[in-house]
Amino acid sequence: MAKNATFEPRIVAFLCRWCSYAGADLAGVSRMQYPPNVVPIRVNCSGRVDAGMVMKALEKGADAVLIGGCHPGDCHYVSGNYKTRRRVILLKKALSEVGIDPRRVHLEWISASEGGKYRKTIETYVELVRSLGPSPVVAASSDADAVAAGVSDGS
Amino acid sequence: MAAPRIGVFVCRCGLNIERTVDTEAVAAALADHPGVVHTDTYDYMCSDPGQAKIKEAIAEHKLSGVVVAACSPSMHEPTFRRAGAEAELNPYLVEMANIREHCSWVHDDRNEATEKAMRIARTMIEKVKGNHPLDDIRIDHVDKCLVIGGGIAGIQAALDVADAGFEVLLVEKEPTLGGHMAQLSETFPTLDCSQCILTPKMVEADRHPNIRVLTYSEVLDVSGYVGNYRVKIRKNPTYVDPEKCNLCGDCVKVCPESTKSEFDRGLSERKAIYIPFQQAIPSSYTLDEETCLGLHPLRCSECQKVCEVGAIDYDMVPEILDEDVAAIIVATGYEPYPILDLGEYGAGSIPDVVDGLQFERLLSASGPTGGEIRRPSDGRVPKNVVFVQCAGSRDPENHNSYCSKICCMYTAKHALLYRHAVHDGEATVFYIDVRAGGKGYEEFIQNATEEERIRYLRGKVARIFQDGDKVTVWGVDTISGKRVDIAADLVVLATSMNPHPSTEAVTKTLKIGCGGEGFLKEAHPKLRPVESLTAGVFVAGSGQGPKDIPESVAQASGAAAKAIALMAQEKLTHSPEVVSIDEEICGGCGVCVGMCPYGALSLNGAGQAECNEVLCESCGTCVSACPTGAAQLKNLSDNQVREMIEVALANG
Repeated sequence: MAKNATFEPRIVAFLCRWCSYAGADLAGVSRMQYPPNVVPIRVNCSGRVDAGMVMKALEKGADAVLIGGCHPGDCHYVSGNYKTRRRVILLKKALSEVGIDPRRVHLEWISASEGGKYRKTIETYVELVRSLGPSPVVAASSDADAVAAGVSDGS
Repeated sequence: MAAPRIGVFVCRCGLNIERTVDTEAVAAALADHPGVVHTDTYDYMCSDPGQAKIKEAIAEHKLSGVVVAACSPSMHEPTFRRAGAEAELNPYLVEMANIREHCSWVHDDRNEATEKAMRIARTMIEKVKGNHPLDDIRIDHVDKCLVIGGGIAGIQAALDVADAGFEVLLVEKEPTLGGHMAQLSETFPTLDCSQCILTPKMVEADRHPNIRVLTYSEVLDVSGYVGNYRVKIRKNPTYVDPEKCNLCGDCVKVCPESTKSEFDRGLSERKAIYIPFQQAIPSSYTLDEETCLGLHPLRCSECQKVCEVGAIDYDMVPEILDEDVAAIIVATGYEPYPILDLGEYGAGSIPDVVDGLQFERLLSASGPTGGEIRRPSDGRVPKNVVFVQCAGSRDPENHNSYCSKICCMYTAKHALLYRHAVHDGEATVFYIDVRAGGKGYEEFIQNATEEERIRYLRGKVARIFQDGDKVTVWGVDTISGKRVDIAADLVVLATSMNPHPSTEAVTKTLKIGCGGEGFLKEAHPKLRPVESLTAGVFVAGSGQGPKDIPESVAQASGAAAKAIALMAQEKLTHSPEVVSIDEEICGGCGVCVGMCPYGALSLNGAGQAECNEVLCESCGTCVSACPTGAAQLKNLSDNQVREMIEVALANG
């Protein structure tokens, strides 16, 4: 698929229960409108999010992964968000190494009172991922499927 | 393991969901999802008939799990889990898919929202398929409550908890209980003398057999969990033994050092050894080591020499107390907006521009002028006083954007008390609006404006400057559209209410949140106004937001009732969705041990990780760090998350 306006990115968001998930709830209660490209998955803490979860999402067709946590110093579990911050930095490096744009993983601090920030984050991130185009992981795996199919057809 | 039998119940929430999500289409699509054996839709799943549908389906279809696709789990998860339990389905096998807050309310395209709702619901179906039935963990608790802050809210909360038969530790940073209420002259709208109604409560708290008052003390650290918090408190040395001190005051007479009195807000001086006010609790002197010439007896020691009862002890050291408490009530209170930040009103540079609390001291019989209103610069009785409302409030460009709620009332009270004391004096109030919502409040304002000849001018003050011995106030009366120019003798700023400067440190120690303005954050602004988001930590008083005395007292009693309800339970329940360690896989590397902020994980005798379920708060940080996958969160395992991710992204 080419990079064009009709490309609708598919994004998974891991939201911590205490801040970002509640911030998303507040955006809902306030009837803020934002694009429907993001499917949220609730985790207790952003510290629960590991590289495996992000990689799994990219492997299964996500064009990007958003992680939402409490602001530094406000983590409900003391320090889980700091651990996530470190993990995300490493993960972005690892993604670059294998040719995936590191912007396909994004960490944002959204508190329970920041419904507006949740909306803004979704809006900007969907736009960014749209400009990045479909994930190369998806393209690569469908190419591999096509090759595999071609081989089997030929035999 | 038997094949899953999942029931999915899609709520229309009247039109709240149905307007943008085609619930019938969602139910139809989910009926084909592997493991789903029953689907249903209804107008209000949370209603009794809605819950009855779920309960009947659990029995009829022998459901092994339930997903209710409706609102946020923070709304109704307990409702549906209880319904499951009533139908003999373990409550931890009931999950909610949030298709309202996260979907129908935030999207307008019906096709797109319907598709997203299906994806959200599928993630929860996959989650519940991996869930295990769990029983709540039951834990013992201690029977003691910590109250932080000894103002009127803290005192009230402490008394209520103590009267219910539980022990209380009442910790106050200052040398006396009382807080700002002790500084007030008279209270609106009844004009009771503030100290006369407060000090009996201070005495009651001090004498109560269940209350231990710790003044001049600070909470340094809090660990543990609801029911069993471990708190570390530092009791700072006052260098005076309150048991021996007989309040003779000889020490004060000989003390050579003085500083500005905090209690009189800088309008008078106090000695290095002092008592904030005569009715202070504990009734004893405090030696302020910052102002003292030096604690070494060779430096001065005048106070020690003169003290007949030998109450003064320079060798006193800070005392560190470790206490176990079940609940914590945070009543850290407020501080007036820093007057030096109001330079545009001449505050700080013009001596006869004072803040509201300084004027309280000028009105108070225990104040620096003995209750006579005299201005700070030359001690003259001011014949023309200007009161400026909203000084620092409702001014988003320069100061606080919020309304401080009490200033309209206290300004009316100030002007009225001034008119009572100085019959030929003129009182002018500049206001934006007059907000007097409260029992008897509007009547009080009406009386002040109509009976007491107080001039109310609607408008803001443009400039205040010193002009000879007068303080000139330039303003605008926006109703007549005329410029107003007043040569005043004294200007009183109705300063905004800020959260007490200690609030931030206390919230960090307790791991509870602050709102944007720095006030303590309640768990829910309407329905859980006295709870924090941390179990067992409650909030009360003006630390949570601007409020007056009756509101502070009511909230304190509310917080106390919550703490009592907690301690009255024989055992507390703790979520069983905690971390478990798979002994088959754990290699004993110990990475998880360092990750856990609660000390719940340790290596056991066999060199493997072990989780203390009571301490585990279920954050899952250890799970994501465990290199082998041995550490897993019950009902949110790596496998479950993988399945959730897959269906969130799958087509169709």
